[in-house]
Amino acid sequence: MSRYFTKEHEWIEVAGDIGTVGISDYAQGQLGDITFVELPAVGAEFKQGDAAAVVDSVKAASDIYVPVAGSITEINAALEDQPELVNTAPDAGGWLFRVKLADAGELSGLMDETAYKAYVAEL
Amino acid sequence: MNAPNPSGWRPSIGIDSSEEIAVKTASGDRGLALEESLIFELGATGKCGVDFDPPSAEPLPGLAKFLRAAPLDLPGLTEPETVRHYTRLSRQNYAIDLGPFPLGSCTMKHNPRLNEKVARMPGFGDIHPLQPRRTVSGAYEAIAQLADWLLALTGMASIALSPKAGAHGELCGLLCIRAALEARGDPREVVLVPESAHGTNPATAAFAGYRVENIPATPEGRVDLAALKARLGPDVAGVMITNPNTCGLFEPDMKIISQVVHEAGGFVYCDGANFNAIVGRVRPGDLGIDAMHINLHKTFSTPHGGGGPGSGPVVLSVALAPFAPLPMVRRDATGVARLIEESDATGTGHDSFGRMAAFHGQMGMFTRALTYILSHGADGLRQVAEDAVLNANYVLRSLEDVLDAPFAASGPCMHEALFSDFGLAEGFSTIDIAKGLIDEGFHPMTVYFPLVVHGAMLVEPTETESKAGLDRFIASLRSLAERGRAGDEALKSAPHFAPRRRLDETQAARKPVLVWKAEG
Amino acid sequence: MRYLPLTQDDRQAMLATISAGSIDELFRDVPEDAVLDGPVAGLPLHASEMAVERHMAALAAKNLSAGAAPFFIGAGAYRHHIPASVDHLIQRGEFLTAYTPYQPEIAQGTLQVLFEFQTQVARLLGTDIANASMYDGSTACWEAIAMAGRITRRKRAVLSGGLHPHYAETAKTMARFTGDALAARVPVLVPEPDDAEVIAAIDAETSCVVVQYPDVLGRIPDLAAIAEAAHAQGALLVAVVTEPVALGLLEAPGALGADIVVGEGQALGVGLQFGGPYLGLFGCREKFVRQMPGRLCGQTVDADGRRGFVLTLSTREQHIRREKATSNICTNSGLCALAFSIHMTLLGGEGLAKLARINHARARRTADALSVLPGVSVLNSAYFNEFTVLVPGEARVVVQALADRGVLGGVSFGRLYPHAPELAGAMLVTATETTADEDIAALVAALQEVLP
Repeated sequence: MSRYFTKEHEWIEVAGDIGTVGISDYAQGQLGDITFVELPAVGAEFKQGDAAAVVDSVKAASDIYVPVAGSITEINAALEDQPELVNTAPDAGGWLFRVKLADAGELSGLMDETAYKAYVAEL
Repeated sequence: MNAPNPSGWRPSIGIDSSEEIAVKTASGDRGLALEESLIFELGATGKCGVDFDPPSAEPLPGLAKFLRAAPLDLPGLTEPETVRHYTRLSRQNYAIDLGPFPLGSCTMKHNPRLNEKVARMPGFGDIHPLQPRRTVSGAYEAIAQLADWLLALTGMASIALSPKAGAHGELCGLLCIRAALEARGDPREVVLVPESAHGTNPATAAFAGYRVENIPATPEGRVDLAALKARLGPDVAGVMITNPNTCGLFEPDMKIISQVVHEAGGFVYCDGANFNAIVGRVRPGDLGIDAMHINLHKTFSTPHGGGGPGSGPVVLSVALAPFAPLPMVRRDATGVARLIEESDATGTGHDSFGRMAAFHGQMGMFTRALTYILSHGADGLRQVAEDAVLNANYVLRSLEDVLDAPFAASGPCMHEALFSDFGLAEGFSTIDIAKGLIDEGFHPMTVYFPLVVHGAMLVEPTETESKAGLDRFIASLRSLAERGRAGDEALKSAPHFAPRRRLDETQAARKPVLVWKAEG
Repeated sequence: MRYLPLTQDDRQAMLATISAGSIDELFRDVPEDAVLDGPVAGLPLHASEMAVERHMAALAAKNLSAGAAPFFIGAGAYRHHIPASVDHLIQRGEFLTAYTPYQPEIAQGTLQVLFEFQTQVARLLGTDIANASMYDGSTACWEAIAMAGRITRRKRAVLSGGLHPHYAETAKTMARFTGDALAARVPVLVPEPDDAEVIAAIDAETSCVVVQYPDVLGRIPDLAAIAEAAHAQGALLVAVVTEPVALGLLEAPGALGADIVVGEGQALGVGLQFGGPYLGLFGCREKFVRQMPGRLCGQTVDADGRRGFVLTLSTREQHIRREKATSNICTNSGLCALAFSIHMTLLGGEGLAKLARINHARARRTADALSVLPGVSVLNSAYFNEFTVLVPGEARVVVQALADRGVLGGVSFGRLYPHAPELAGAMLVTATETTADEDIAALVAALQEVLP
C-alpha cells in the first residue's frame, strides 16, 4: 500500500484498484474545527480534480477534490455523526470516501509523503 | 484551502472575569445585568395577553375534517409578563441608540424617530396593497416622490422599487441585464466580480443563472483594469463593481471600466451599498453604470431592526429601463403618479421581466426614507457624504501609527477606514481586537472582510458620530492595538463584561439545536 | 442639520488632524467631470421636523385607511388587531437600531428572540425546524421550490391553481432564469380546490407540488392526499400559508405530510403597510436543514458554560459559500419576526385558537349576509376567513363602485387575473376579528345600491 498527496492537501491510499481519500493533518489544522462533511453519492463518477465533497468549519466551506478519476465505491458514514474525526484522525478514521480508480497512471502526477512534507514546509 | 477558522472560540481558560463574578447572587441576576428565560420556560398554552369576546358562530360543518387534531402547543404570557420578557431581552443587545456601531459596509447611522412616526400614520401603515387605486393616491404619490429623489441623486433614467433588500436589488439588476441581452438575441454566460466583492454579488449572479469569474485587485486595492480588459469578450454579460469599493476606496477608473464593458457588449452593475460616501456629491449615472441598488436601510437611515427589513430599490440606465419588474409607479403626462401592474403593462412600452415579489415593495421603508430625504434636502445629503468621509479619514489617520492600514498610502479613504491585524503579537488577531471593543463599550467593526486583506478590520463611523464620540472610540481602539502588539493575554479571552463571553460556534454547527425542546 | 453632530469648528480641526486642506481633497479620486460642485440642482433644501411631518401627513391623508372604512380585503395581506404592546416593544432602540447579530456576545436579545421565533413558527406550521425569516411569503415560496429542486435533483414543479397569482408570477420570473419548468394553472370557479388536477400532474420528474392552504379562493385543499401522491413519485409537498391565523383552527400542514411549509407572517404583529415590509415564514423537515435558505439561530454555550445563542450553519450562506450558496438572501425581516413573535406570545396556543374561531365566525356572518342578496352567491363549500363571491357583471366594477361609497369591499379576481376573463365575475371577501356587524351592514347596503 502506498499513500499519495495532492497540492490541495488531499491524500489517497491505494490498495489494488481502490483508493481511500482523506485530507492531510496540515489541512485539518488550517481548517479548524470541522462541523460537517458533505459526501458524494456512491456510484458517482469524477474526473481527476473534480470537487467531490465539501468540508465545513464554522466560517468556511472547502471543496475536496478527487486526486484521481474514478467512481465512488464507499463513503465514511461515521462522519455524519462525528465530523470531528477529520480533526482527530485525519489520516485514519477521518477518511472521506473510497474511489475505484479509472486510470492508475494518474497517481504518478501526485506527491509521495516525503515530497508532500517538503511542500508543506515551504507554505 | 481556506483561511484558518476565525470563529474565535476559545474555552474558558486563562484570564477570566473572576473578580467580576466573585459575588454570586441567588437570582443569577446582578443589579441591572438581568438574565432571562425562554418563553417556553415562562409561559403556558392557556395563558393569554389578549381578551376576546366569544365567537358568534360554530365552524362550518364542511370545515370539520380540516380542524386541528390536537391543541396548538405554543406558550402564552399576559401583557405585563410579555412586556417584561422582551424588555429584559432588549437589554442584552448593543444598538446605535447606545453608541457607535462602526460596521464597515453596513452604514449604521442614527435612525431618526420622525421616520417611525410617519410610517405609522394610518394613511401609510394601515392601507392594503390591493385597495382600489383611487383610495390610495397618496401612497402612489409618496412612492413617486421617493423615486424622483433617488433618480435625481443618482442621475439615472429609471427605477425599480419593489426589491425587498440589497441582495434582492442585485438580483433585480442582473435579471434586467439578462432580459436585455436575451431581447437582443445575445444571451451570455459569465458575470465578472472583483475578488473584494461582498458575498452576495457572486451568490446573486449564480442565482440569476450566470457563471461567476473573479477579477483580481491591484496592490493599491482597486479593480485591476488590465485584467478586466483582458477577460472581456462576447461571453461576458456584465461586471458587478462596488464603488466606492469594499477597501473603502473610490474606483478612479470607473468611467473607463464602464466604457470598456459597454464596448464589449456587456453591462455594468454597481453595488450601491457604499452610496453614503458619495450621495449628493457624485451621481453614479455620470460614471456610465447601467444598474445600481440603493440600500434604504443604509444610506437613507431606515432601521436595521436586528437583521431587516431592508429595501433595495434599483436605478436603471436607459438601456435597461424597459425591463424593470412589475409592479411600478410612474408619473403620467400630467405628473400624476400611477400604478402599473400586470393588467396595465401591455401596450405601454414596457418589456418587464416579470414580478419579483407580491405587492409593491417595502412601503414602510419608502415612507421612512422619503422622510429622511426631505429632512436633509439636497444640501443636507451632500453634507452627509462629506461628514461620513471626513469621519472615516479622521479615524484612519488617527490610528495608522498603531494599526496596519494597508491602503493608507493610496490616499484618502471614502466613508470607511480599512485596517489589518498585521503587526499584532504572535497569536493575536482581528477577532481579539473586535472582542476587546465590546469590553470598551463599542460594537466591533466589520471583521475578516474584504477577503483580499488578511485579518481585515473595516471601520465605518458614519456622519452621525460627533468628534468627541470619535475621539473616545479612537482612544479605545488605540489602547486595544497597543495591547494586541504587546501580547496582553487578557485580550484573548475578551469580552469579559458583556452579557455572554465568547460562544461555542463549533458545537452550535456540529449538533444544531434550532428549536426549543423540553428537557428529557 | 439636526442629524449631523459635527460643528464647523470640528470639521476644521479634523481636516487639520488629517492634513487635508479641504473636504474636496478627500474626494480627489473622483473624476473631475463627475464631481458636483454644489447640491443637486432643482431639489429642495433641508427642512424642519415640523415641515416634513406636515408634508408627509398631507400625503397620508389622501389615502383611505383600512380602519376608517368597512374593510373586507385580504388575498395575502390581512388586517388584524395588533395589541399596543407589540409596537411599543419593537420600537425599543435595542431591537430597532441593532444590526444582524454577528457579534453574539452583545446580541443575545435578538438571538434569543430568533430562537423563540423559530420554535413558534415550527410548531405553528407543524415542521421540525424553521429559519429566522425570509423577505415575504412570495419569495419564500420560490425559495422552497428551488430548495426542493436541490433535494430531489429535479427541475419541474407543479403549482396549484389555488396559489396566489403574485406568488406564481414570482416563481415564474425566477424559473425563467434558472431553467426550472413550472406547471401552473389558473383557478376554476368551482366550490372545491383543484386537488385532483394537481395530483394528476405529478410524475417521476416532479420536484415538488406547491399548494396554498387555504387557497386564493379561500378553499381548503386536502394536503394529506396530495402529500401521499407526491411522495409516491419521490416529489415533495410545499405548502403555502398566506394567513397564519388559520392555523389556529386548521391542522398544521407539516402534520399532514408537507415537507416544506412556507408562509406570509404579516397577519400577526406586522400590519398592512401597503404590502411591505412583510415576513416570510420557512419551515421544513430537519433532514433538509443543510439545503435551507436564510439565517438560522442555534443554541450553544459560552466560555463560562452559560446557555447562549448564535447564528449557525452559515456555510450555506452567501457570505461564505458565495456563488455556491443556497440563496443570495442576506438582510431579511428581523424586526417583523420580532413583532410576529411578540404577538404570538401574547396570544399563546389557546389565544390563537380563539382568535381563529372568531375570524371564522365573522366570515360566516359576512357570507350569510351576502348570500341572501339577489344575484350574489358564495362559491366555497368550506373556508376560513375569506371566501369567493360571485356577483352579476364585472366584480372589478363592483369593487370600485363600493369604494366610491366608502366601502373597501374585497378584491376582484379581475385585478388578480387580468388575463382570465372567466374569473371577472368573482371577488374575494375577507373578514377578521376587526369586522364589526356595522361593517357587514354597510357592505350589504352598498352592494344593494351597486348591483342591478
